[in-house]
Amino acid sequence: MSALSVSTGSGQSSTAVAWNRHGELEVLTFDLGSERFAIEATLVREIVEPLPETRVPCAPALVDTVVNHRGRIVPVADLRAPFAMVAAPPTAESCLVVVELALDDETLLLGLRADRVHEVVTLAEASSEDAPSVGVRWHRAFVRRLVRSGDDVIVLPDLAAILAPALGGAGA
Amino acid sequence: MSIEDPTVAFRVEACELLDQVEQALLDLTHRLDDAALIDSVFRGLHTLKGSGAMFGFDALAAFTHHIESAFDRVRKGRARATLELVATVLTARDHMRALVEGDAVPQDGGAILARLAAAVDAPAIAPTAPPRPAAADAATAGWQLSFRLPRQALAHGTNALALLDELRALGDCTLVARRDTIPPLDQLAERDCLVTWDATLRGDVPRAAIDDVFLFVLDDMELSATPLAPADPTPAATAAAPAPAPAREPDRSASGQPAPDTFGERRARVVQGELVRVPAARLDTLMDRVGELVIAQSRLSQLAGDRHDLQLRSVAEEVERLAAELRDTMMVLRMVPVSNLFGRFRRLVHDLARETGKAIALETVGESTEIDKTVGERLFDPLVHILRNACDHGLETPDERVTLGKGATGTVRLAAHQAGGAAVITVSDDGRGVNRARVRAKTEASGLVAPGEVLTDAELLALIFHPGFSTAAAVTNLSGRGVGMDVVKREIERLRGTIELVSTEGAGTTITLRIPLTLAIIDGLLVRVGTARFVIPLAAVEECLELSAEEDRRSLGRSLITLRDRLVPFLRLRELFASDAPPDAFQKIVVVATGRERVGLVVDQIVGSHQTVVKALSPFHRGIGSFSGATVLGDGGVALILDVAQLVARGQQIEAAMEQAA
Repeated sequence: MSALSVSTGSGQSSTAVAWNRHGELEVLTFDLGSERFAIEATLVREIVEPLPETRVPCAPALVDTVVNHRGRIVPVADLRAPFAMVAAPPTAESCLVVVELALDDETLLLGLRADRVHEVVTLAEASSEDAPSVGVRWHRAFVRRLVRSGDDVIVLPDLAAILAPALGGAGA
Repeated sequence: MSIEDPTVAFRVEACELLDQVEQALLDLTHRLDDAALIDSVFRGLHTLKGSGAMFGFDALAAFTHHIESAFDRVRKGRARATLELVATVLTARDHMRALVEGDAVPQDGGAILARLAAAVDAPAIAPTAPPRPAAADAATAGWQLSFRLPRQALAHGTNALALLDELRALGDCTLVARRDTIPPLDQLAERDCLVTWDATLRGDVPRAAIDDVFLFVLDDMELSATPLAPADPTPAATAAAPAPAPAREPDRSASGQPAPDTFGERRARVVQGELVRVPAARLDTLMDRVGELVIAQSRLSQLAGDRHDLQLRSVAEEVERLAAELRDTMMVLRMVPVSNLFGRFRRLVHDLARETGKAIALETVGESTEIDKTVGERLFDPLVHILRNACDHGLETPDERVTLGKGATGTVRLAAHQAGGAAVITVSDDGRGVNRARVRAKTEASGLVAPGEVLTDAELLALIFHPGFSTAAAVTNLSGRGVGMDVVKREIERLRGTIELVSTEGAGTTITLRIPLTLAIIDGLLVRVGTARFVIPLAAVEECLELSAEEDRRSLGRSLITLRDRLVPFLRLRELFASDAPPDAFQKIVVVATGRERVGLVVDQIVGSHQTVVKALSPFHRGIGSFSGATVLGDGGVALILDVAQLVARGQQIEAAMEQAA
């Protein structure tokens, strides 16, 4: 697999978190299962109500459906599986977070399932740390940083690393 | 200009310039003495060098400088244009292109320059007539000049004073500005260059040196030069003197020759005036929007149809008409003439001729035929393969041709025309044609055909497109790399086109491609499998029939059905796509075909025909293979478009497996 990067178009790389010069980062936070995740606010294009999904036969399990988002065919990914959570039916608060990613040299829209979307918050680099090597049940490469916020721990997922195995089509 | 980074703009322009240089070089191979073509190449190189240095492409500028100098010698008649030289400069052009794109191998440059030096120096030993009239270069006492710069010279950034200074530097020069060509003040456009200059230039100045001063405006300017008589340097004597060097420009037009295909400032100016350069991605975005509009419009029409509101209906109809017009206009925007595509093959054929030692002439017809840009790009590789086959296997060597009573030069003809909703592209050669006996022997040897099996000529020729077929006894550098005509066929079918081969032994082969003009919108057949809906391109559908319960049961063990005495393999889409909804009581079969191969697709329901705006799949789903795209339906849902070529190939595998089992 060739080098992957997630960027906002200004060329920032994914694996390193692009804290601004005050060591802060604006993110959108959302819940999925028991975890709270954060995605750079600059990547988020839109938050929409769940759309009717069309299953793509033989597609990788991580992205096995597509939706019609304003006339564009947008694949939908569920971060539950990579973070070792069991699939769950949508709730009244479920949403689709539409993000714009640059994978290889292609920009694409991707819908991320979310159980509940919170707000845009500013995270501080000072209260963040790398994922510990023990005590977490997920693949370490999938997490860029863990950020403490009050009593919660917010996960900054590495979308490029998570999506890489699903690129190029068939499988799973 | 929408491109912000100037180096990006430079790259685009440099590549165009290099393409023009290439075309001029290829023309030059036919008319080695054509001074206009030589000038044309020189100017292209000169511009490239200049703008390359300006944008910081120093390696490119330095390398181009050497090539330019070499060509300058040719231009001045100090070296001769030879086929070897042109071939070397063509290689150099490729290297320059690599430099422009930043993926050059530095060592290549040195080797090319060494070859170039050899090519330029070798003929210089044998003194030959230079392309420019030698008489003009004979010692002269000087020139009486009268010239007027192109009207737009100042507007286009030519520094007239610098030109005059350059002229003065050539020798003792008296310049007189004539104002009689300047119109009255009220008709004067302040940016026009209107002054005519008379100049008396004394000294032994070759005519070519004067032309050099005006090199970049020469095509559009008026320039007359009369040599001064050595003994009598008064202008009056010029009238009596025989004119050994008539002014270039009037001479060309007077002899009625068509203006040679020069490029540079003049053409660039015309192009900029009439065309707008738009990044292809923006056209794609616009196409997407138009697609969305078509979908939204069809929903509007549906809603309006359900209501008895006359005003709403009339608005819906108006929107429908506008959307249809907009879609048609959008289609036209994406169309480009095939000349872009054909132009790239001239170089290929030139190189093939050198590699094979055959004399090959490429004829192109119908270059103004337009096809969708994407279609054109995807046609390139298949056409390269077909052309290689024609040049390598099809055409005979010059000796063989002469023995056969043909001309030594083989002809490959590339033609295009439009027929209905399709572009028809034919590649024909006048070579040896397909050797039926060899095809037969080969297919029998590889087990494609049973020995003694009776085949019609068409069936035999169709075997050429069978996977794994290649008749070339020796695998050469050019073709026969294991990539066979089956790959070409599959690619053409992916474009929803067809390929056909006609061949007369001894007289040549013609391959005909029929390609739909656009890939963006297709007519599709909407079907349902379980709860999911799919679109099958209507052009590939042969027939639809019901799978009777009895037939269904009988076929459970095998995946073949008898259709008018022919066994047709079929695929149960619900199994293929792992659909878990209960099947409908009466299953349908949609028979799809590409060429002679067909496969039946078992579906639950045939919904109807549907105009489909094709959307690309994301990289997550592109590699699956069964789908060529997706589309949005009238109700806002998504349907995947089936890739018929892939499914037919899968059906073939089933058939082969069944035959082996039998």
